Amino acid sequence: MYRYDEFDQQLIDERVAEFRDQVRRRLSGELTEDEFKLLRLLNGVYLQLHAYMLRIAIPYGTLSSEQLRMLAHVARRYDKNYGHFTTRQNIQFNWIKLEEIPDTIADLAGAHLHAMQTSGNSIRNITTDHWAGVAPDEIEDPRIWAEILRQWSTLHPEFTFLPRKFKIAITAAKHDRAAVKIHDIGLRLYRNGAGEVGFEVMVGGGLGRTPFVGKTIRPFLPKRDFLSYLEAILRVYNQFGRRDNIYKARIKILVHEIGAESFAKEVEAEWQSIKDGALALDPAVVEEIKSRFRYPVYESLVDEPAELKAALKAEPRFKAWFNNSVSRHKRPGYAIVTLSLKPAGAPPGDCTAEQMDAIADLADRYSGSEIRVGHDQNLVLPHVRQRDLAALWRALDAIGLATPNVGLVSDIIACPGLDYCALANARSIPVAQELTKRFRDLGLAADLGYLHINISGCINACGHHHVGDIGILGVEKNGEEYYQLSLGGRADEHAELGALLGPAMPYAEVADSVEDVVAAYLELRERPAELFAETVKRIGLEPFKERVYAAR
Amino acid sequence: MRLVKGGRVVEDRFVRVLDEAPVPDGVPVIVPAARLLADAAELVRREAPTGVLWPNDRRIAELAPHLDRLALVALVFPHFKDGRAYSQARQLRERYCFGGELRATGHVLRDQFLFMQRAGFDCFEVKKDADAEAFIEATRRFSVFYQPTADGRTVALRARLARAIAPRRERAPAR
Ligand code: SF4
Repeated sequence: MYRYDEFDQQLIDERVAEFRDQVRRRLSGELTEDEFKLLRLLNGVYLQLHAYMLRIAIPYGTLSSEQLRMLAHVARRYDKNYGHFTTRQNIQFNWIKLEEIPDTIADLAGAHLHAMQTSGNSIRNITTDHWAGVAPDEIEDPRIWAEILRQWSTLHPEFTFLPRKFKIAITAAKHDRAAVKIHDIGLRLYRNGAGEVGFEVMVGGGLGRTPFVGKTIRPFLPKRDFLSYLEAILRVYNQFGRRDNIYKARIKILVHEIGAESFAKEVEAEWQSIKDGALALDPAVVEEIKSRFRYPVYESLVDEPAELKAALKAEPRFKAWFNNSVSRHKRPGYAIVTLSLKPAGAPPGDCTAEQMDAIADLADRYSGSEIRVGHDQNLVLPHVRQRDLAALWRALDAIGLATPNVGLVSDIIACPGLDYCALANARSIPVAQELTKRFRDLGLAADLGYLHINISGCINACGHHHVGDIGILGVEKNGEEYYQLSLGGRADEHAELGALLGPAMPYAEVADSVEDVVAAYLELRERPAELFAETVKRIGLEPFKERVYAAR
Repeated sequence: MRLVKGGRVVEDRFVRVLDEAPVPDGVPVIVPAARLLADAAELVRREAPTGVLWPNDRRIAELAPHLDRLALVALVFPHFKDGRAYSQARQLRERYCFGGELRATGHVLRDQFLFMQRAGFDCFEVKKDADAEAFIEATRRFSVFYQPTADGRTVALRARLARAIAPRRERAPAR
């Protein structure tokens, strides 16, 4: 947990006052809708199909129980009693009234939460590994660096009116759980041959209409140069990124058009002129930020305590959940617990106010009052004593948050789609709901193993369909909802874009087709441990194509 | 349009010279970029101050050799969502140490004043009268800043280090 100091608090309070004034000027007609649109977007306010939506940042995916209770309060007081966790460590409220937004964000500011730059052509919420600080395979806590970036990017006087939105993600672990290669800037913290810790800098990754995997423009960046180098990248992008065509305005297009090498050269030239200036990071400054992060006081415990062993023996449902949803913690005797927000038949990532309150209570009791939000739209309790796991499971099971499908076929990532989103071609949520019903058999899901389905309602790819094992994209054909399937994508350190399977199909055929694909995989994989993406890579699309299209 | 400088609405003493028009003697002028580059030798001989209107898609490096003879650089915001001139302004102030008047022109609205000021602008051609009058209020809206620029404002990171010596004040954290 990062705790705000008086500067951080003062700034968000002042931002609330500014936005209150902007809303007032809009309501009084001083601001045109066109002018106001940009201002509201800089504060996470979208106009959706039926109402305004407010998107709140959950910086680096970390929430205190107090903050989660505040989100529950917002759901109850200003919305229809629920919120929707997104793929970028944000939460969205879909039914907010414009006049009430100033009060909403004032309430949030009281809990150190804000909606600044969760939309608009600005630097968005910095995301990272949802296991940051507790993962056994990380070299240091990436959230320190994410917080440094949060501050640097907040109300940046130069980069608030970029050609397009700008997303940055950081990982510090061997296994990339932050999908850094599909971000405008991806940062990987690692130790180089000389034993120093620094960053690999990747640029130009992204999904959407023209998906790209990010390219490394600097294999090793010392920590001291972290901010100055990023400032140089943004300055090059701000000046030369395309502004004539919204679909070509992301940094990936600039990098693609001029080539990663000349892009890196431009950055280098800019960087040389600023690297020894005010942005050079003093270790004392980093220490200052680090000192504001709070960690639980861990007890000295042992792995696999007797309580856990006994419960695993006694309770097969607990065992199934344990095998699926509990992960290794860097401290002995502790565990990381993932809470599935994907029960059969429900919209992925939705959480009611009551559930939020209940999770906050459980976090107080079992997880050092801390909760994490992952890009897979699930929640995490990061510091659970292994001896408490059985009790925690019973409590979660009682409120419908113990579906043991984390990372499995029914753990579907989906964007809001046509149910909410003004840009959508097709619905996403009902497709996800139908699929979670088809794959509700947890035995089958466990047998299938790690397999992700990602659904986007349009080419903007908020559901990350390019990097799903099975990607589903809503398109429009003669005014009807059609869907394209793509196979073999992944977002981790082996990031790969999925390949299009064949012609689009109507809504009614999607679930059947996905079942066909899954059945083909079960038959064709070499061994149970061969991942879906690996099978696709080995045998190609043809065998899947035959199954799906021969029948229709 | 109103011109704001030093926080106040002022008269514009500069005259804009269009592409082909002759440059009047004895009055401060703003000439287009192409004109500056073409007639640089002639323009230096003028007695009165010369400024240039520099478009947002031309590199500042091209303008750099002329800066010490210029009294003013006007940068352009064709629409307020087009933020290229912020980068140009910072380069002018921070890399090339331009000390003359840096003017924001085009779609200049109240909600950008502070960003502009922080980037180095000190003069603003403001579209709406009400915005011009609200200049002081708009630029005092924030008292905390995270990014170091050449505007002289204290940045939080530095302020924290200074505080490290003094006793720590802290708001109640969200537990
Ligand atoms: S992918 Fe398209 S439909 Fe889905 S949320 Fe994004 S913009 Fe809306």
